[in-house]
Amino acid sequence: MASQGGQDPRLAKIASSIRVIPDFPKPGIMFQDITTLLLNPEAFKDTIDLFVERYREQNISVVAGVEARGFIFGPPIALAIGAKFVPMRKPNKLPGEVISEEYSLEYGTDTMEMHVGAVQPGDRALIVDDLIATGGTLCAAIKLIERVGAEVVECACAIELPELKGRDRLGDKPLFVLVSSDI
Amino acid sequence: MGAAENGGDPRLKAISDAIRVVPHFPKPGIMFHDITTLLLDHKAFKDTVDLFVERYRDMGISIVAGIEARGFIFGPSIALGIGAKFVPLRKPGKLPGKIISEPYELEYGTDQLEMHVGAVQPGERTIIIDDLVATGGTLSAAIRLLERFQAEVVECACVVGSPVVQGECELKEKPLFVLVEPHH
Repeated sequence: MASQGGQDPRLAKIASSIRVIPDFPKPGIMFQDITTLLLNPEAFKDTIDLFVERYREQNISVVAGVEARGFIFGPPIALAIGAKFVPMRKPNKLPGEVISEEYSLEYGTDTMEMHVGAVQPGDRALIVDDLIATGGTLCAAIKLIERVGAEVVECACAIELPELKGRDRLGDKPLFVLVSSDI
Repeated sequence: MGAAENGGDPRLKAISDAIRVVPHFPKPGIMFHDITTLLLDHKAFKDTVDLFVERYRDMGISIVAGIEARGFIFGPSIALGIGAKFVPLRKPGKLPGKIISEPYELEYGTDQLEMHVGAVQPGERTIIIDDLVATGGTLSAAIRLLERFQAEVVECACVVGSPVVQGECELKEKPLFVLVEPHH
């Protein structure tokens, strides 16, 4: 599994603690399982530190995390850089008034929601998820944040699957990842 | 035990005040305690995590188990703060590896809570985190999952809850720690 150039010594341990599960959720998919990373406190801490080091001087006021694995990485980053954490959720989970954005799945569509008032015009936002595949989910999150007049500074994921070209789908929004997986 | 009483830690009032109550969600009669507003208050969110870390850091806890999805918001930061592993407890079909499953009661019907095989080892000292405890049904299922692998559940911890769980689920006599009680 290749990693970002510059090769911070922490990246090798992070990459090797991610477990690949073949044929999940369906045949042909090699699922990148971050739960084994979470069982390695040093590697998990290094993962968070790498993001925090990148973003702490960038005046990020919001970290938005995509349900559910974005909830694992986003809050520790938000706490360390002094930002708000905003959960982006599946429909009907958020109890207050929401705005919604529909996005495509392989078959059909899904909807992502964000609370009205969570993000303000002028907020500088980071969007976090464990992994970027096709980029559909991140695109929906970008749209929600831009709809309320905030700026998406970057999208950040632990893992990228470059063959699925999610990076291209983000348009002009930069993407930062720790580990790139070609399988 | 609850912590938000007179004479309690001074950080608790801001934490309690930052939690929004949304009436009649998800259905009429339910006063839903919404922690998303707490997450918008950086100091109060940090204090929330710190209060749990201060409580658990010297208790030899090697596992923090968090219940999907709002337990994922608090659990990992606590795990990082005390040097423990984080174990997600999830709805069916989400965990990709070999799992064990426990049913629990909903108001109508049942649901399942799952954990990866191999996530916990016998004898590990664990805490279970969720944002809120109501009937205790989900926490009880979580306790059963961990005990099936002979882990020791030291305590259940929630941001919001009554210190004594009402209703049929008794948390198997495990201690329950909450930071703030439900607003009245």
